[in-house]
Amino acid sequence: MMNASEKQKLVVIGNGMAGARFVEEMVNLGGQDTYDIAVIGEESCGNYNRILLSGVLSGSHHAEDIFINPLEWYAENNVTLHSGVRAIGIDRKGKMAYGSGGLLLPYDKLVIATGSSAFVPPMDGLYDDDGDFKKGAFVFRTLDDCAAIIDHAEGARKAAVIGGGLLGLEAARGLMNRGMEVDVVHLMGWLMETQLDSLSGQLLQQSLEELGVRFHLEKLTTAVLGEDRVTGLQFKDGDTLDCDLVVMSAGIRPNVDLARMAGLHVRRGILVNDGLTCRNDQDIYAIGECAEHRSQVYGLVAPLWEQARVLAERLTERNADSAYVGSRISTKLKVMGVELAVAGSKDPLDDDDEVVTYVEPNRNVYKKVIVRDGKVTGAILLGDGLTMPRILQAFDRGEALPENRSELLFPLAADAGPSLNVEDMPDDAQICNCNGVTKGRIIAAVDGGCRSLKAVCDATRAGTGCGSCKMQVQAVLELAADGLVADDPSAHYYVPGIPLTKPELVGAIKAMELRSVSRVFEALAGGREDAGSKQGLASLLRTIWGAEYEDERDARFINDRVHANIQNDGTFSVVPRIYGGVTTPDQLRRIADAAEKYEARMVKITGGQRIDLLGIPKEHLPAVWQEVGMPSGHAYTKAFRTCKTCVGTEFCRFGVGDSTKLGVQIEQRFQGIESPHKMKLAVSGCPRNCAESTTKDVGATAIEGGKWEVYIGGAAGSRVRKGDVLCVTDTHDETLLIMGRFMQYYRENARYLERTYDFVERTGIERLRQILVEDCEGICDRLDQDMQAAVDAYQDPWLEAGDPVHPNQFVTTPAELTAPAAAAR
Amino acid sequence: MVLITKAPDVFAVSDMSSYGTHILGSAAQIPIGEGRRFEIGGMAIAVFRSRQGRVYATQAECPHRAGPLADGLLGGEALVCPLHNFRFDVGTGEPLGNDCPALHTYPVSVNEAGEILVAISGS
Repeated sequence: MMNASEKQKLVVIGNGMAGARFVEEMVNLGGQDTYDIAVIGEESCGNYNRILLSGVLSGSHHAEDIFINPLEWYAENNVTLHSGVRAIGIDRKGKMAYGSGGLLLPYDKLVIATGSSAFVPPMDGLYDDDGDFKKGAFVFRTLDDCAAIIDHAEGARKAAVIGGGLLGLEAARGLMNRGMEVDVVHLMGWLMETQLDSLSGQLLQQSLEELGVRFHLEKLTTAVLGEDRVTGLQFKDGDTLDCDLVVMSAGIRPNVDLARMAGLHVRRGILVNDGLTCRNDQDIYAIGECAEHRSQVYGLVAPLWEQARVLAERLTERNADSAYVGSRISTKLKVMGVELAVAGSKDPLDDDDEVVTYVEPNRNVYKKVIVRDGKVTGAILLGDGLTMPRILQAFDRGEALPENRSELLFPLAADAGPSLNVEDMPDDAQICNCNGVTKGRIIAAVDGGCRSLKAVCDATRAGTGCGSCKMQVQAVLELAADGLVADDPSAHYYVPGIPLTKPELVGAIKAMELRSVSRVFEALAGGREDAGSKQGLASLLRTIWGAEYEDERDARFINDRVHANIQNDGTFSVVPRIYGGVTTPDQLRRIADAAEKYEARMVKITGGQRIDLLGIPKEHLPAVWQEVGMPSGHAYTKAFRTCKTCVGTEFCRFGVGDSTKLGVQIEQRFQGIESPHKMKLAVSGCPRNCAESTTKDVGATAIEGGKWEVYIGGAAGSRVRKGDVLCVTDTHDETLLIMGRFMQYYRENARYLERTYDFVERTGIERLRQILVEDCEGICDRLDQDMQAAVDAYQDPWLEAGDPVHPNQFVTTPAELTAPAAAAR
Repeated sequence: MVLITKAPDVFAVSDMSSYGTHILGSAAQIPIGEGRRFEIGGMAIAVFRSRQGRVYATQAECPHRAGPLADGLLGGEALVCPLHNFRFDVGTGEPLGNDCPALHTYPVSVNEAGEILVAISGS
């Protein structure tokens, strides 16, 4: 901690969505250790959620409901806020910011977040003699604008809105809800022309007309009529429109005057590089709607927040190399209750772009997806909320699409999962069925400040069990957060305690030759150990280093320290390896003897065709293992688990392949291979599929002609998914090779705790075929070699029964006698 | 050596024989970074030995479902219960991000001879 005098002075001009968010990020990242932070805000209040202004206008929200950081927040967090002060100049030589009322703030670093203002089109009769808007004419940008409109609306009956863009339609909704007749005047041929194509614009108009709004398209307003107050509008084509209130919402213009006067480089916005630094002044930064980055000026909240985070990371040196590389813009909107989502470009950009559309004019439903190189580059989705999450996710993450595009536009009922229509659910509806978390509890967490999925899950435990409700949790979050949902960057980290994605982390581990979990914490997390990161790191390091991995047992979960699965009473279960589910009388006798001798409380056949001895105390584990004399079945860890089989050609009348033999071979080869999550396998001897190979992480089904269909990414647990056929093989050896190749690729590329079914969906089956079958990246040989090395390095962990890694490895209560200190002295 | 002058409190001590300061034997009994259960008179506690060279002592079972905390995973100051991943501050016993009651903790240290000393009193 530095003394106040040693701290640098950070001045932020602008206290809107971007400026205030940046200050919040600075506070959260400990920025006040290095900086004294001062904010100049033109409005006389704290920071509020501008997205909700239309809610205030419509009466659904009170002004006080939309504050994010009230004035007290600044005081509590030692941020000096100069509210009601307009920034009037920047002296770059003297490093001073000037504000109205004689304010003078020296700075070391200056952040400009002046936002934008409403564009007012030139019209006769708009201003009165004092140069103010004529009575009854307004723009719609601030809480003060809102209050003035509401005030005037009291005595008004007919409202006109100039501008049929998003903001104009929001204003129209607000005025409608106040019981006014509303006419929307738009210069262009259809509504929201920057986001929508003409057909979706027309359908949106149709939906809104059904709600009672009137539209006047291709109208240029030339004059505001009325002596001392607004009585109507005059259009260029000679038509007129009666109204006693007009809201001008014809677009926004970045506020760049201050920057221009200071000699900063300005085009449409203030020009910044990937560091959000001004081109010609390294100590001045610009973020938000006033900034222009790679020719883009953003007006949506998500990019603004991303910029705020990146800049805070840079200035606090939490990640001094953090860079803003632009945002892929996708957004979900509710235009007067009509659901709309838009992403990327609205029209194809070249002849090779594929356009998939579905139109249902009767219900005002429109879906359009633009595909390039198998990925979504643009989408318009109107009137169908259910398909939005999946398509927006595919866009945001650049995921490969299903070959059959209709699967994207019309998700199959079986795949749709739990309903995402959370709006109509009562507050006591249970969302997370593992931890019993209700919709009301999630809303309370959001109201308490949680803005990202991770924050909500951490606070409520929703989604922390099987995870299958996460889409629903996200939907409740979006519903409750009023548009202020944040993307938590840590969601992209491989483990929460180290701010790196998996490829970045793997790169750092290899470059710095980090072979143990504690070395990774030392080198990449400033020595801060994180409990939630240990297991993921241990798994990754073992995959990277194999035999060279420096094992630290404390990084393992208890199951992996004692090679057994902990039960709800603190005892353990023992599942010996039974290759392919094929056992012998001798094995069964030994298992029976062990169960009796060590008083297993239950002997159970598992879902994976194994025998489970339950209720074994930790101390007895080594003895039970030695008694059964069989290797570990790995039923307790993130690894290859089992290969279930049917009897196939050996006995079955219908069998066309030797499924037991292949199953045993698979299990002998891959036993104990660690992976990001467990892998359950199966082999069926014919397409009747008695071993259920199609819903396994990896499966094989024999087909006539001595061939095998190899399935990957199947699931029959918290999710049900039919696996995809990776390829068809001719021999057992070929099947073993391709299965191992997929498993190695999954080990290297999946996120920790990502099951194969999510990994296969995320990567795309076509892509996996190209990589693993066609060898388009030329890595197949290398994958095969690395899998062979992992197979060769396998050692049965139950051998530790006779050779524990620590004398107390299997000891619950150490044997040394405890004595009162007085007696010992 | 920790001197205990407070009156015993029945909250954590089910047997008067556990009241006082105890030597639990060598710290090396606990593998580094892990925890083990110790029985003192009529009560049990969990003792942890961190990679940073510190020791901690808490009640033996979690307040949620009596999970064996000594089998938990330790990272920094956080202890993760092995049954349902509830987290606690191993130093103060406070729950981290959950509604569980706080864990009872006990003053614990390692003496020059490398032995664990723990002081059992009331709350």
